[in-house]
Amino acid sequence: MSTAVAEGKTWGGGNQPLQASYGKMMMWFFIVSDALTFSGFLAAYGFSRFKFIDAWPIADEVFTHFPFLHGVDAPMYYVAFMTFVLIMSSVTMVLAVDAGHHLNKSKVTIYMFLTILGGLIFVGSQAWEWNTFIKGDYGAVQTKGGNILQFVDTDGHRVALRDFVAVDTHAERTQHEDKSGLWFVSEGTLPTYTVEEVLHGLEAHENVLVRTQTLTAEGEKTVLSRAESLKQIKDNGKLVVEGANLHVNEYGSPLFADFFFFITGFHGFHVFSGVVINIIIFFNVVLGTYERRGSYEMVEKVGLYWHFVDLVWVFVFTFFYLV
Amino acid sequence: MAHEHKLEIFRGLWKFKSNTQKIWGVLAFLTFVTIIEVALGIIKPEMLMGKVLGMKALNWIFIILTIVKAYYITWDFMHMRDETKGLRRAVVWTAIFLILYLIFILLQEGGYVFRVYDEGYIKRDF
Repeated sequence: MSTAVAEGKTWGGGNQPLQASYGKMMMWFFIVSDALTFSGFLAAYGFSRFKFIDAWPIADEVFTHFPFLHGVDAPMYYVAFMTFVLIMSSVTMVLAVDAGHHLNKSKVTIYMFLTILGGLIFVGSQAWEWNTFIKGDYGAVQTKGGNILQFVDTDGHRVALRDFVAVDTHAERTQHEDKSGLWFVSEGTLPTYTVEEVLHGLEAHENVLVRTQTLTAEGEKTVLSRAESLKQIKDNGKLVVEGANLHVNEYGSPLFADFFFFITGFHGFHVFSGVVINIIIFFNVVLGTYERRGSYEMVEKVGLYWHFVDLVWVFVFTFFYLV
Repeated sequence: MAHEHKLEIFRGLWKFKSNTQKIWGVLAFLTFVTIIEVALGIIKPEMLMGKVLGMKALNWIFIILTIVKAYYITWDFMHMRDETKGLRRAVVWTAIFLILYLIFILLQEGGYVFRVYDEGYIKRDF
């Protein structure tokens, strides 16, 4: 073989560098760059957490709900369940790839279907998690400086605003909508209570105390004395916060909610696109496209993406929920 | 690509007869690690609350277990074990180097900003 021919073969796609096919190699390139994107997000989360290291929310106290179990304190059980679902769907995916190597169409079909199912359960769970997080549970008061004051009883258990605050019907104010006044001015939903009403509620209930975000040496949130509690709400209370959005967050620093929405949202979007791609591949398998092609490498390539999504979740789980 | 798989994990300590069996074996291991993580996260043993190299021992355990899980997902589910050394190194070391660098700068800077707030130049407790 002359040099010219060998060169034409090499640079014309005639061989496979590192014994990986073009498609798989490109998928690995994409995965490396996407891994860097996610690390960027997680490192930015770390930056903000280190910036407010003495007042960051404790994840166990934020994610305590489990579907259909109301009022049961179940820290992290649901996230652990979600992690397991995603690992399980990774397993069915790798089984589909394995069946593809044996050109076993019916097995690939079943395993791809189970993978899609797992992905849908995960995305659904994430939607539920977001819903719970956005709605919130206990409510809190934000100070002028943007700090969050929560309420506990004398035993240190959280107390919800609805348990000690009464709505003063005389002072009620309706939400301003652009149709009923200045058309260029509108406002969001008003909180159920005003700071004034929270103060009255606090005065009336001797056993309720204010808990600030500052962490003690033992890693717990600081609980103020009765006198200090009243003083904080009276002097600094500015806004009643229920649930979380991009501006305010009853669990603590608004940045915590921002990162929660951004990181789990970006990951959830990856899972969603993974499910869509899996569905396309699933139909190709059913229609026999890869059977005719004599190779199920396409399943292997989406498999790589799907495992990557699982891999990212393992890190999100650790850095958002555990550490 | 390569249809033959390396059928052992833990450096040959655990051998499997087929690729399918290996997959279930890895799942069992990953589940076990996740259960340990969740259990530690809920119990939070007092003895692991001491600081090691500036971070709680428990957090170090979480991070190490996460990397262990990541290793088995990449090596066995993504078949990195069966790829050539060149591809493996190109993917893994590039990512590890850049990620460590990114984490180092951002965490370092985060700690610095915290100290600026903390040492009283900026008041935020009001």
